[in-house]
Amino acid sequence: MKQQIIKILEEIRPEFDFSEEVNFIENGYLDSFDVVTLVTSLDECFNISIPGIEILPENFSSVQAITELLKRSGVKE
Amino acid sequence: MNFQFKNKVISGILTVLPDNEVLFEDEMSNYNFSEQKSLKLKAAMGFNKKRVVKNGETSSDLCTYGLEYLVDSSLLEVSEIDALIFVSQTPDYIMPPTSNIIHGKLGLKRDVLCLDINQGCAGYIIGLIQAFMLLDQKSINKVVLLNADVLSPKVSKRDRNSNPLIGDGASVTIIEKTELENNIHCSVKMDGLGAFALNIPAGGAKLPNSNETALLEEDYAGNFRSKDHLVMKGDEVFNFVQTEVPELIEEVIKVSGYNKDEIDYFMFHQPNKFMLNKLADKLEVPREKMPSNVVENFGNASGVSIPTVITFNISDKLLSQSNLLCLSGFGVGLTWAAIIMKFENLKFSKIIYK
Repeated sequence: MKQQIIKILEEIRPEFDFSEEVNFIENGYLDSFDVVTLVTSLDECFNISIPGIEILPENFSSVQAITELLKRSGVKE
Repeated sequence: MNFQFKNKVISGILTVLPDNEVLFEDEMSNYNFSEQKSLKLKAAMGFNKKRVVKNGETSSDLCTYGLEYLVDSSLLEVSEIDALIFVSQTPDYIMPPTSNIIHGKLGLKRDVLCLDINQGCAGYIIGLIQAFMLLDQKSINKVVLLNADVLSPKVSKRDRNSNPLIGDGASVTIIEKTELENNIHCSVKMDGLGAFALNIPAGGAKLPNSNETALLEEDYAGNFRSKDHLVMKGDEVFNFVQTEVPELIEEVIKVSGYNKDEIDYFMFHQPNKFMLNKLADKLEVPREKMPSNVVENFGNASGVSIPTVITFNISDKLLSQSNLLCLSGFGVGLTWAAIIMKFENLKFSKIIYK
């Protein structure tokens, strides 16, 4: 799952290395429009619908946070 | 707050949209985005094309055009109008009321109530509730509800939060008494603590327009806008909608006594495709029952988006059969509101272009 997430992130913002241990939001790797694109891609890739109330910056701040969000949204590892 | 009405019906809806069409690609270079990123966003949000006025047309121009069309088509008798409600965030003037201006242009009788209401995204629901209240009076048999927003002149062309999605438009809805019982269930909520989630800082008494308020400034995300322009705090609005609207809809469905699957369509305000799809999923409503195609075809004209989504998608059905609809508007105020009611064989339901 982690590799799939990184691949999607790199498609959205190819100029950043998403395997780095940084906060994607605070460091400007992702803005709110990137998050919209990311949610749409994650929904399609994992055949889920991430709930609207979960679309908060903290849930997209790292690969780990996104992994946890996907699990809460019904994706099994 | 819940409201219930009966013996009232919507007998016709007309949407009036500007002829002038602008493509997303035409304005893409205004934004601080790569082309690739803009195109991804276009797909996710449903940005495509929008209808905006040109040559200084105003809300009253679009409304008057629609009313004259109905009169000329023998779909509306001027002498039958007992009340004229005008809901907008873009009146022609601070004073007089735009509804009075339209009254004069149409030559309405003097025994009529003209009323301006300042509302936006929930303005269609607020206007309908006002119309239903007026129809409880013996002296009022037919109400014309006008929704109009011409916000494009108030949006910075370099604001990627707002400019891709804002369109202009107007609608004319006829509401009248009926012998049918037609139970109508409404729910409205307000939260003034969120009043500035959507706002135009300058132009009112607190901050009159000036050379200073017209200066463009860059925000943290690279958007350029002045204090004369619309500010939309997209993240706050999104979170508000996803948190509050599903609860409101569940509440009004429960009060109505209908099952969710008995509702034929969920005709909601049209902020963008992404937000509507998330709402449909949260409510466990099939996405085809909640059309989200107004922004991509016309742009979001605030209080006009609900009549637009209705007239664009289900006009044929409304003319020929009874439909149970759930309408919901949400946004500026903050205001969020919903109605569940039957639409019974409308006399007209269409879009015209000016």
